Order: sequence, then C-alpha cells, then structure tokens
Amino acid sequence: MPDFDVVELGPTDHPEAGDEAPDFTRPLVNDEFWEDRSLSELTDEGRVILIFTPMIASYAAKYVWDELTERGWNEGDARIVGVSASTPYAHSSVIADNDYPFELFADPANGVAERYGIAHDLDGMAGVSEPRTAFFAIDSDGVVEASWVATEWPEFPEYDDLEEQLDLV
Amino acid sequence: MSAPSESPITLYRLQACPYCERVVALLEEYDLEYASRYVEPMHSERDVVKRVAGVRSVPVIVDEETGVTMAESGNIVEYLERTYGEHGKAQGAAAGGDD
Repeated sequence: MPDFDVVELGPTDHPEAGDEAPDFTRPLVNDEFWEDRSLSELTDEGRVILIFTPMIASYAAKYVWDELTERGWNEGDARIVGVSASTPYAHSSVIADNDYPFELFADPANGVAERYGIAHDLDGMAGVSEPRTAFFAIDSDGVVEASWVATEWPEFPEYDDLEEQLDLV
Repeated sequence: MSAPSESPITLYRLQACPYCERVVALLEEYDLEYASRYVEPMHSERDVVKRVAGVRSVPVIVDEETGVTMAESGNIVEYLERTYGEHGKAQGAAAGGDD
C-alpha cells in the first residue's frame, strides 16, 4: 500500500471543445507591470493557451511553468497565459525570480476558476480556493478547441501527449 | 510582450501612491478613458517606466491622442487641466498652442 494519498477531485463541468470560453477581465502580469486585460482582447489577436495552476508560489505551479519554459511554449504561435489565485505581487515576483517568458492573470478571489468549473477549496486553508491544474486551447473566435483538466490533486499531464492534444507540436 | 492598451491614455502607477491618485482623480473628473499599468514598489524594478519616460518615478502618463509622455504629478495635473479642462483646447484635437 502506498504511504501517500492522491486526492480524487471528482467530476467537473468545465467548457469542452466547441464551447465558448467564458470571457473575463483580470490584471495580466508580465515581467514589468500589470494591467487589466480581458481574455477576448487576447483571443482577438490570435490563439491562446489558457493555463490554470494552483497558487503561483506552490511547487505544483512551479512544476508546470518550469516544464513549459523548458519546452519553449513561448516560442510557438499561440499566446501562453496562466491563471492562479495569487496576487499580482506574487505573480510578479515569481516571473522575475524564474525568468518565466509568460504572462499570468492574477485572480486572488478565484472567480475565473469558478466560471470555468474547476475551483478547488483547499483543506486546512480556510477560505482559500484555487483552480485545479487545467489547460484550454482557445481559438481566435474565443471557442475552446481542446482541454485537459486534472482529476486528481496533484496531477500533471503527460506533456508530449498534451502538446499533441493542444496542437502545439 | 504585451499588446498596447486599447485606451488612448496609459497611466503608470503604484498601488496606494497619493501622487498617482491625484492624477486618477483628475482623469475621472474629466471622464477620460485610461488604462492603469501597475509597477513594482522598488524603483530599481521599474525598467518599463524608465524606458517610456526616462525616469523611474510614478505617476507617468502616456497620451496617444496628443503624443505626450509626462512624469511628475504636478506637471501631469497641469497638462490635463490645460488639455482637457474647462478651458482646454484639445478635446479630440491635437494639443498645443498657447492661450
């Protein structure tokens, strides 16, 4: 018997391929400043990969962003943007400390994850909710093309498969 | 890395900075559309402000309508009053000209 416990997260009701991606406006943090931007402003400019992670300073978020940095997801045609339930200050520090070539939406109240049906209340952190790890490929019309949503906590995708699924190869 | 704002005026600001709030109050009074870009508390980390305005202090305003980039809240307030205030000439036209 394993001496650790992977938490089953239960079913979700997240947007699937063909569904419209819920639009939202939040501070989008880059390596120099943050500013309110909406998802639709970004998709108007082209394809977007929207990536939800646990709070930005957690190891679970670090695993994701380190992996995507190493894989050079920023070098493709799609715009890669993250979302986590951390403050703009935390996002700013983590981007600077790790030289991440990505932009991150700050959503401390976790309302975006709520709208995407992937909010996760944290046990032992009263009042704190964050997204489960999830990836959405969204086309320039704001329609979901493909998605991957964690069903366990923690859970990480098989990145080679994911790149194929999200058409990033 | 980030596309230009859709608003004609961009305000570089720091959270809870009274000098910035003074400018915000005037932008709101004149009902001007503006985008807020929040920067870091540490001066040394404000490269974007330095690049845009040549200084590391905030507030800094960039007004695409008039092509003006300006630092120092006192100067900005004066500029906004002159350009968009009751006696302002600009309202949609290019700024400039003496009264």
